[in-house]
Amino acid sequence: MAETLAVTDNLDALESEAIHIFREVAGEFDRPVILFSGGKDSTLLLHLAIKAFWPAPVPFALLHVDTGHNFPEVIEFRDKVVAQHGLRLEVANVQEWIDDGRLQERPDGTRNPLQTVPLLDSITAHKFDAVFGGGRRDEERARAKERIFSLRNSFGQWEPRRQRPELWNLYNGRHRPGEHVRVFPLSNWTELDVWHYIERENIELPQIYYAHQREVYLRDGMWLAEGPWGGPRDGETLLSKTVRYRTVGDGSCTGAVESTAATIADVIAEVAASRLTERGATRADDRMSEAAMEDRKREGYF
Amino acid sequence: MSQLLRLATAGSVDDGKSTLVGRLLYDTKSVLADTLDAVHRASADRGLSTPDLSLLVDGLRSEREQGITIDVAYRYFATPRRSFVLADTPGHVQYTRNTVTGASTAQLGVLLVDARNGVVEQTRRHAAVLALLGVPQLVLAVNKIDLVDYDEPTYRRIAKEFTAHAAELGYPEANVVTIPVSALVGDNVVDRSDQTPWYDGPTLLEHLETVPVHADAEDAPFRFPVQYVIRPRTAEFPDYRGYAGQIAAGRVSVGDEIVVLPSGISTTVTGIDSPQGPKQSADSGESVTLLLANDVDITRGDLIAAAAAPPRVSDEFDATVCWLGDKPLRAGARVLVKHGARTVQALVTQLRTRFDEQTLSSVDEPESLSLNDIGRVLIRSAEQLPIDDYADSRRTGAFLVIDPADGSTLAAGLVGAPLNQLDQTDITEADPAAQDLVSPGP
Ligand SMILES: Nc1nc2c(ncn2[C@@H]2O[C@H](COP(=O)(O)OP(=O)(O)OP(=O)(O)O)[C@@H](O)[C@H]2O)c(=O)[nH]1
Ligand SMILES: [Mg+2]
Repeated sequence: MAETLAVTDNLDALESEAIHIFREVAGEFDRPVILFSGGKDSTLLLHLAIKAFWPAPVPFALLHVDTGHNFPEVIEFRDKVVAQHGLRLEVANVQEWIDDGRLQERPDGTRNPLQTVPLLDSITAHKFDAVFGGGRRDEERARAKERIFSLRNSFGQWEPRRQRPELWNLYNGRHRPGEHVRVFPLSNWTELDVWHYIERENIELPQIYYAHQREVYLRDGMWLAEGPWGGPRDGETLLSKTVRYRTVGDGSCTGAVESTAATIADVIAEVAASRLTERGATRADDRMSEAAMEDRKREGYF
Repeated sequence: MSQLLRLATAGSVDDGKSTLVGRLLYDTKSVLADTLDAVHRASADRGLSTPDLSLLVDGLRSEREQGITIDVAYRYFATPRRSFVLADTPGHVQYTRNTVTGASTAQLGVLLVDARNGVVEQTRRHAAVLALLGVPQLVLAVNKIDLVDYDEPTYRRIAKEFTAHAAELGYPEANVVTIPVSALVGDNVVDRSDQTPWYDGPTLLEHLETVPVHADAEDAPFRFPVQYVIRPRTAEFPDYRGYAGQIAAGRVSVGDEIVVLPSGISTTVTGIDSPQGPKQSADSGESVTLLLANDVDITRGDLIAAAAAPPRVSDEFDATVCWLGDKPLRAGARVLVKHGARTVQALVTQLRTRFDEQTLSSVDEPESLSLNDIGRVLIRSAEQLPIDDYADSRRTGAFLVIDPADGSTLAAGLVGAPLNQLDQTDITEADPAAQDLVSPGP
């Protein structure tokens, strides 16, 4: 029997799968969009999209839901990449939703959960029908359950108990007006695969993924940086540390890890030896409960 | 980088699939400290004295509440010898569609049985699904061996019964391995058990690390569904016109004669652009862009194939479906068929047989096929489709059946009859003409 593909090298197989997914979406949807924050997974996503359509330009727009609590280095990087490739970026500023009363600032100051409404509003306003996310199944066990093509109802909700079967590499992107499909080309990549590929392709990332000096303070076991989202409270002191970020998200809940990994090779060695998952090490939002991610996803989070 | 093996678990509800996957991850040290802490905490909250490793994979709230798996979990781990993509599928009949999802891309199926119960109805159903989908390698894990006091005769009896059953499904002996395991305790999963001195075969992990990963036969004819036409029309590439897709079977080289289907136009390959730049030839599984000698009319949904060995092109074909829809299928149903990169309207004109996966026989002309039924049907499509038998080419012999009304996926479709038994219908009425074909001899 023949399955049975000659490509058995792990990175080649993952790259080919992602490119196949991009092309399927380009062929079947009217208005796809790539969620692009400038972080490593979305930078990788864009790199693969460029390969999928080369030498033609990427036939998708980009969308960033900006919490206003992002690291300035990352926003700078985001804008540089967009300009370099001549892409169109839509930004949904969470601040605008807060200013006009559609959203309310949370007492704890974190804006991560506030991204869902601006995301859904933008999808509706721009009539996006396919939304690419950089989510990977190895990030979290609720994500491990998600399909590569994940249908969302008109409220953007994920219904994990009613997912479509996903057979072979035949993706079913049919949806009704108002519904959309979230597409995850990196589903089968692990954090190490991402770094090995970044190394192989020599992909540029924001500098905060590599070791640097930063003023940080310790809260709930995580090193947080001072910023527009707040700073140390009573009893918390700012210290200068050599750190790097394993994930990059809302500054209020993304922690740095102490690290001297200054190059891609150093990072690979560090990730391979790490005893903590990237989210466990750096994301306060996932520590809240056993089903924090599942609950956010059900509400339409990416 | 290392070779990749895709595997899926299968077997009846509660036979220990998720625990086994958890055990594999745990004993290969693939579970990181924070994840493990969470499992320890959750297990303690449930009043358990040892960690429940199934919590590593049962990632949905309702799964943890009910202690069952509802949907496939994909997990990844690597040893120095191989990388693994593991799909842990549900055992419950109600969620068979998710089992089919996990198995459709697997190269190896780990089928579990509970040593106390042996082979049960659901074991046979899943074995049939794995065989139908063409999963080439099988492992029967006789689990919960601790609960039968590591009894060798019990293991032998189950192993023998299952091996015979797998042979009937068409599995060669060399492709079926049986292993006595305890997922709970860890016997023979990663570490060899000293409770089973009578077993001298490999542990599960040893087998997974060394089992041959099937590659396409060298001579499989070239198949390439066109996903997208790349036409930059930029100053730098004013006349570039490339056909993008993923090679479904075989290999292609610059200079090859190809034919475009269904139109039937022939031309030559003049270039291959890959993610790594231009190359002289490319193999199955690669996503590439083909450049052709003539400006022919090719659109998404067309198939480019080796001119010397093209697939057949037809608007009527015999197929096997694994029905996954809640509403039953009846003759005359209007559906959509997604084959390669093409979606066409189609009519299911006949239901020919329904397969009984318990007795491995078929019932003729069933009224309907309902959820989880496997059966043979005749399909007529509104447009010509270039098709291969699934048994010859997993990628170009597969299709989806989609509900045109709500877009849901109704069935996994396979061209032809991948299982022998699907052909051997129990003839209910003696057909004199058929009998005449056998000459009585001189
Ligand atoms: N004694 C013993 N118990 C086991 C063993 N493996 C699993 N169990 C128990 O069997 C029960 C079911 O295990 P699961 O791993 O959830 O079974 P499953 O096959 O994944 O079930 P579904 O996914 O719902 O089909 C749990 O209580 C496990 O602790 C084993 O080897 N020995
Ligand atoms: Mg399970």
